[in-house]
Amino acid sequence: MRIPCPYCGERDAHEFSYLGDATPARPDPAAPDAQDRFFDYVYLRDNPAGAHQEWWYHAYGCRQWVQVERNTLTHAVAGARLARDARDAAGDAAGNVPGDAS
Amino acid sequence: MRYSWLSILTNGLSGQSGWKPAWRAATPKPAYDVIIVGGGGHGLATAYYLASQHGIRNVAVIEKGYIGSGNAGRNTTIIRSNYLLPGNEPFYEWSMKLWEGLEQELNYNAMVSQRGILNLYHSDAQRDAYARRGNAMRLSGVDSQLLDRDAVRAMYPFLDYDNARFPIQGGLLQARAGTARHDAVVWGYARGADRLGVDILQNCEVTGFLSEGERIIGVETTRGPIRAGKVGLAVAGSTTRVASKAGLRLPIESHVLQAFVSEGLKPAIDGVITFGAGHFYISQSDKGGLVFGGDIDGYNSYAQRGNLPVVEDVAEGGMALMPRIGRVRLLRMWGGIMDMSMDGSPIIDRTPRPGLYLNAGWCYGGFKATPASGWCFAHLIARNEPHEVARLMRLDRFRTGHLIDEKGVGAQPNLH
Repeated sequence: MRIPCPYCGERDAHEFSYLGDATPARPDPAAPDAQDRFFDYVYLRDNPAGAHQEWWYHAYGCRQWVQVERNTLTHAVAGARLARDARDAAGDAAGNVPGDAS
Repeated sequence: MRYSWLSILTNGLSGQSGWKPAWRAATPKPAYDVIIVGGGGHGLATAYYLASQHGIRNVAVIEKGYIGSGNAGRNTTIIRSNYLLPGNEPFYEWSMKLWEGLEQELNYNAMVSQRGILNLYHSDAQRDAYARRGNAMRLSGVDSQLLDRDAVRAMYPFLDYDNARFPIQGGLLQARAGTARHDAVVWGYARGADRLGVDILQNCEVTGFLSEGERIIGVETTRGPIRAGKVGLAVAGSTTRVASKAGLRLPIESHVLQAFVSEGLKPAIDGVITFGAGHFYISQSDKGGLVFGGDIDGYNSYAQRGNLPVVEDVAEGGMALMPRIGRVRLLRMWGGIMDMSMDGSPIIDRTPRPGLYLNAGWCYGGFKATPASGWCFAHLIARNEPHEVARLMRLDRFRTGHLIDEKGVGAQPNLH
């Protein structure tokens, strides 16, 4: 399995470590239903058989967090972008991106 | 047909012509009292115990592939009950006790071999952790022995005791643990369930659920709709895919675990040994092959195959533990799909949908649990209340915070 790191180019998956599903968004802790939403965010997963958006960390490379689209049935990688680009594209300032201190 | 020395003798004298298939090729009835989705070890054991312990014989087991095609035929065959937590240890010990009587119960040779499992420790801290685990086992009435380096050396002189980075200091031994012939376990349960009237429907895929309001009243299959009083799911790595058809969203991710077997060798390793400084476990099958494995690959996967980094990692673990296997050639390697739960422990519980029961989240430890999983799931389905030894394996524990996190790594399935 090889992952096209947006910064380093295509690299072996061995250089990366895996965090998990990139779609859960961290809820607003001040929301009235925050407890339910945090349960959902921490524990429940769609776990799709097919296209999966996921976080990988390029530990033995540029040390960037990368959002990868990969097929869980075939392991085929469809694409990858830097986590901060994914955040900017989603307009998501809710701390949904790993390694994001803001 | 009951298997006995007499049946072997008579068939030996009659050209082996008298053997019958171990179970019928059943055709689906329009309705059953209970349908179990998933014809692996857990599903078949559930059906067997429903019939034998609870008198519920109008049962069907629905299997997408054939019996033994999934994880039941892909695991590394280890059986043990050396857990730490009160939510786990009584359950796995009940499983161990069922293993000990399984072959007599099923009249089937499952090749249960109590050859002992030795978990090696390589540091003072790890020794303390293993001492604690051994003591926790003893508190649950389970045997365990903490061995020092000399005692381990007497058992296995060929290990690398002078490994510069991870010297072996000793090990935690459970002498009653061991291995079982994985295929024979599912075949034995299938035959036992069939003899009690259970229909085993192979090559029949569940494509949806029949419901009345919230209540589940049957399943849609590739061989037509089948109604049922109760439906139980025991589909391991496919849990999310099947449960989502009933609208459930679960604390489970599917991951791939690889396993390996070497060419056949003369008897070399007479127990199960695990390397404590990495993740590597090994035993030798009765055919002579070294059966071993390590960590899951670590990313979500429904492909029944893994990647090379874990192959390398497993090989490194093996070489660090016992360098003499370095020239053994690999015969086969394969992958299976694990239903990794968010705390590393299983779920045997009712679901929010009345009539639908869930047996899932076995991570990569489901094989040893097969008898007790079936026993407790049958109890739950028959009586609608959890069995004593599985009462903490609740689905709602993730919401309430009553996790059973044996390894203490939190809601990160690829670390369990």
